[in-house]
Amino acid sequence: MIVTAVLTVAVGCAERPVPPARSPYDAPQRLSEFALFEGDPRRQRAARDVVPYDVNTPLFSDYTTKYRFVRLPPGSAATYHSDETFEFPVGTVLVKTFAYWLDRRDAIAGERLIETRILMHRPQGWVGLPYVWNDEQTEAYLALGGDVRPVQWIHDDGSHRANDYIIPNANQCKGCHRERGPVAPIGPKARQLNRPYAYPDGTQNQLTYWANAGILEDAPLPDSAPRLAQWDAPRSGSTAERARAWLEANCAHCHNPAGPASNTGLDLFAAQSNPRAFGVYRSPVAAGIGTGGRKFDIVPGKPDDSILLHRIASTDPQVMMPELGKRLVHQEGVQLVRRWISEMDANGSRATRVGGSAAR
Amino acid sequence: MRHDWHVRRQTLLRATLAAAGCLAGCTSPNSGDATAVTPTYFTPVEGVGRRIQEALIVAQPGDVIELGGGTFHLDATLSLDVSRVVIRGQGPDTTILSFAEQKQGTGGEGLLVTQGGVAIEDLAIEDAKTDALKVSKAEGVAIRRVRTEWTGGAHETNGAYGIYPVQCRGVLVEDCVAIGASDAGIYVGQSQDVVVRRCRASGNVLGIEIENCTRADVYENAATGNAGGILIVSLPNLPAGNGRHCRVFANQAIKNNHANFAPAGNLASTVSSGTGIMVVAYDAVEIFENTIENNRTVNLAVVSYLATGRDIDDPKYDPYPERIGIYDNRFSGGGQDPQGRLGALLGPLLGGSFPDIVYDGMVDPEKLVDGELPDECKLFIQDNGPAEFVNFDLANFDPLHGRIPSFRRDVQVHAGRHEPLAVVQLPEAVP
Repeated sequence: MIVTAVLTVAVGCAERPVPPARSPYDAPQRLSEFALFEGDPRRQRAARDVVPYDVNTPLFSDYTTKYRFVRLPPGSAATYHSDETFEFPVGTVLVKTFAYWLDRRDAIAGERLIETRILMHRPQGWVGLPYVWNDEQTEAYLALGGDVRPVQWIHDDGSHRANDYIIPNANQCKGCHRERGPVAPIGPKARQLNRPYAYPDGTQNQLTYWANAGILEDAPLPDSAPRLAQWDAPRSGSTAERARAWLEANCAHCHNPAGPASNTGLDLFAAQSNPRAFGVYRSPVAAGIGTGGRKFDIVPGKPDDSILLHRIASTDPQVMMPELGKRLVHQEGVQLVRRWISEMDANGSRATRVGGSAAR
Repeated sequence: MRHDWHVRRQTLLRATLAAAGCLAGCTSPNSGDATAVTPTYFTPVEGVGRRIQEALIVAQPGDVIELGGGTFHLDATLSLDVSRVVIRGQGPDTTILSFAEQKQGTGGEGLLVTQGGVAIEDLAIEDAKTDALKVSKAEGVAIRRVRTEWTGGAHETNGAYGIYPVQCRGVLVEDCVAIGASDAGIYVGQSQDVVVRRCRASGNVLGIEIENCTRADVYENAATGNAGGILIVSLPNLPAGNGRHCRVFANQAIKNNHANFAPAGNLASTVSSGTGIMVVAYDAVEIFENTIENNRTVNLAVVSYLATGRDIDDPKYDPYPERIGIYDNRFSGGGQDPQGRLGALLGPLLGGSFPDIVYDGMVDPEKLVDGELPDECKLFIQDNGPAEFVNFDLANFDPLHGRIPSFRRDVQVHAGRHEPLAVVQLPEAVP
């Protein structure tokens, strides 16, 4: 295509060679060109060279269900890190499909695929590509400029819900995926992947499965790897641990010492043990109208005086957190954070007892 | 559709020109980039916002994105993350980007720029949800003939900033108009080498604000009808550190008597309606040859951060304004109806009206030599016609507890001029 033409010309133009100005967004127009799925894409069944995965605590995205996949170049493997996202080789494709159940109480009623986001590791770096599913659910098309889709569903409580679901544009992908500066994946970390997954050939811990499949190098046994609590599974951790997991998944991609919101000094990684750093009696820096007149990010025992709770419970663009990809409040997540702040000791000490697993 | 055709045309042109043997790359006299051929051109048709966004995403350095006349109704933030791109309309009253119908969840800004070498020219951005035009961490940006406006009048729900370059190196804002921001119409924060000239700001809470910058020239602007006209402010707890080196000259700060409609709790909400020019805690500021008239609280104020009454928990922060020069300005009217907290506390004690120049008299005790500031740190006031002055001696000022200092009205103790500050040189990265 364009690239070929430009390269060809470089030969014919000896005086002034044309640089190979390939846009990182030069990508397939149709998702099917990636050959990620086997059979009907509605079933989101991974092709043979694609591995499905799940995370302990996901980012909330307006009550969508998510299907995650990874494909590495043949014969290659990712490198294990205990804290940071695994290092994936160039050529890796990470895939996340967003769907709405028609009735959240009844899986049989089916679901509607909305978008599939691709993170491609290209020689120039990671690139985020949004693909939007057609009404027939047979194909998804590249939509670099994003899109809006009206959706409706029956909620867990039987109520009818509706949303204008926002598909972020390719620049907005970068807004969240700069956790440590350059664009990179966020989810595939040891603590997020350290959990069982029901593969077609049986249930297995994902770290073990990845290691056995040869796509992850240097992985320890799951018991020796960190594990984040599942925000909605009380057996997976205390209220504090689950609230901190929820805050990591929803906030820490910006609010960490190397992230886009580093200027605020707020660090919401679950491993941060200093209460002041994760918000206890912390004064806002650049919150503006977002504080709603409150003085501190977290006031122990007083969720309604805490800026953090005020902002995650808002959908006002000048107040709400996260800033992107949110039109609805995650009521259940907000409840969890509220309970955590309510139960917190005056010095925030109860809040520090987190870690997610005995091994950490 | 037309816009589709235009986009495709550029793509095709790129490929064809390249394939035809470098027509553009080899013959264009002023372009080092073979891919910079013709501008991508959009007209305001239904759904064009997404096409513009796509063009901004796939743009290459050197590209021009041109917008035709008319109102573009946009339902999402437009963002540019490619360096050396020009976004150009047909004029600030002709090409209008309206974000009145912006959907919640699509971002807050109107236009967001996150790379350098970018120029935004000849267009208006109206009714953005948060900031109208934000430029973040850019190495060089030029904003020319851009109007930012909230069209529904003064409301605290209007976006905070109109033209908002922050953490940039090399900023030029010229011939722009900013109206209706609930914080500052033109706000340059935490940037180096800044020029704001020939702009007009009115109906904002603050007209023009320079905050924690290093080297800024603000000249030939008109700030009228805001709550505060021109503010030069250095705040604590910001990564850029203290603000210094700012020249404010040949501006008009007239009748900045609008009610302060900033949201409560916001620092801008504490600025008294009727403030012409104010310096807060900044160092090395020259204010000269300005026309400052009929600002009802005070025409010109120089205060420390201590006057805000806020706590300071930043050990590297310098709350004192030092090396301030006020020369050759023309004052008239103003100060007759002091507003806000300062007006309420100080107004009655000063006989109901403020003089032209008000100073809080706070100095850094550690810098005193024999009880006096060295010359290079002083406030110098010279040749401002019949302008009146008061140092209200904040250190001894506590009327609520019956402590009222002796106001010092003798301007002669501040006579003098500092060595002139250097003219700001814009770096080459500013297109």
